[in-house]
Amino acid sequence: MTQLPATPSKKKLGLVIDLDICVGCHACVTSCKGWNTENYGAPLSDMDAYGADPSGTFLNRIHSFEVQPAEGPSQTIHFPKSCLHCEDAPCVTVCPTGASYKRAEDGIVLVNEDACIGCGLCAWACPYGARELDQAAGVMKKCTLCVDRIYNQNLPEEDRLPACVRTCPAGARHFGDLGDPDSDVSRLVAEREGMDLMPELGTKPVNKYLPPKPKDRPAAEPLSPIADLQATGLAGWLDRLLEKL
Amino acid sequence: MHPAPSVIVFTVLSGLGLGFLAYLGLGFLRPSGVYAFLIYGLAYGFAVAGLLASTLHLGNPQRALRAFTQWRTSWLSREAWTSVATLLVMAPAALLAIFAGFPSATFGFPGALLALATVFCTSMIYAQLKTVPRWNHWTTPALFLLFALTGGAILSAQAGLAAALCVLLGLLLIFSYRLGDGRFAERGSTMETATGLGRIGKVRLYEPPHTGTNYLMREMIHLVARKHSARLRVISVLFAAVLPAVTLLILPLSVATVALALAFHLIGAFAARWLFFAEAEHVVGLYYGAR
Repeated sequence: MTQLPATPSKKKLGLVIDLDICVGCHACVTSCKGWNTENYGAPLSDMDAYGADPSGTFLNRIHSFEVQPAEGPSQTIHFPKSCLHCEDAPCVTVCPTGASYKRAEDGIVLVNEDACIGCGLCAWACPYGARELDQAAGVMKKCTLCVDRIYNQNLPEEDRLPACVRTCPAGARHFGDLGDPDSDVSRLVAEREGMDLMPELGTKPVNKYLPPKPKDRPAAEPLSPIADLQATGLAGWLDRLLEKL
Repeated sequence: MHPAPSVIVFTVLSGLGLGFLAYLGLGFLRPSGVYAFLIYGLAYGFAVAGLLASTLHLGNPQRALRAFTQWRTSWLSREAWTSVATLLVMAPAALLAIFAGFPSATFGFPGALLALATVFCTSMIYAQLKTVPRWNHWTTPALFLLFALTGGAILSAQAGLAAALCVLLGLLLIFSYRLGDGRFAERGSTMETATGLGRIGKVRLYEPPHTGTNYLMREMIHLVARKHSARLRVISVLFAAVLPAVTLLILPLSVATVALALAFHLIGAFAARWLFFAEAEHVVGLYYGAR
């Protein structure tokens, strides 16, 4: 049913992404594509993969932004983006077939691919570009929060995480229950002033982003010497000798 | 937004056909016999051709019947219901006109109401989207309904009424173009709010997620249009509103006059609808440093 759950679920599973830590390596993009191509639903297809104009379906993409403060040098911020599993998900209510739904038990937004007609309206309704119509299967694909991993009793416990979180080599991605104020992720959000993307659109995203921390020292000027080396001992004697020549 | 031909053809033709059905249902035109067969055939032809065109952009059209299930929340589902209901309710009216030779208010009035409700539902599919600020406004349903009513009036050979509606349509088009240009800024979404990085400073895209394109960019970021938009706006107002009104008022009313006015109107309607999509900017473009 494309009606949102009448009472919002207490459990709100989601991701917390630390923009201070993400190094933009795209490992989460690759692991996401790998897991979700082999598991839940239609594979994430690529079109013209080895040709002149390749494109493909991805559930997670990393944008890199440059932010210029009023004073001082700019900062580069790598910005992973996937479904935010919004509480007031506009992608769910627009669906004409009931394929798009939000789970009452844990708040995950999913697509029942057998009921999807591929009209694309949910992708239009999403402000975040979290949904992509697979060009081979003709059905809408989106982040499932690795619903086939997090409850999977056949996996070792440490693997019962979304593939992106499990893979992140920098530890920039966290998974947990954002509906529970005492969970690790909720505390992290409280400590670091976790934020919503495009709050003005009223979607109430569950996923939160932790803003980059303020720099504790000004960045070096471009092309300034990185260290002032004073050679001592034999090297120092050679240095002085060579200068005199 | 990508101006997909199937969606442009769908909205223009189904709007025209449904508008015409509304006038037939209300008895503005009271054809009978073979003439009624042709007239209703024309109205049904436009409406059905448009609705069929709408299935062309579906990824899995064989499941289209499922679109009838979610009328509680989805305007697309409501449109499915009202369009089928219109075609079914107007059918007895058409049959009575063809075989019995008299108009039927019993089926015609509800049919007319359903026809306009269908156009309204179609427009709300676009108008409901907060993500596309230009569409998310009362002018969207107003434009769709006025296009249907104007096209229907031209086809029903109501010269005076059609000319009056043309004037309204022209004014509304100009108003919506003017207003639409500022809607994105009014909504307040920027690269800063999209990334939450506005608290640090001004944001620009340093590197996109991939070197190629993707579904989102093809579907929602359309850049070619804006060069020609000024010219197309003039063309749309001229052809959709001014020329049909002048044609109907100056030339003696005949099938040829109506056909000429309709041809002008359709050219303008296609131009306006193309602009409706091509000029609409989706907020997701902000993540790609584009609009």
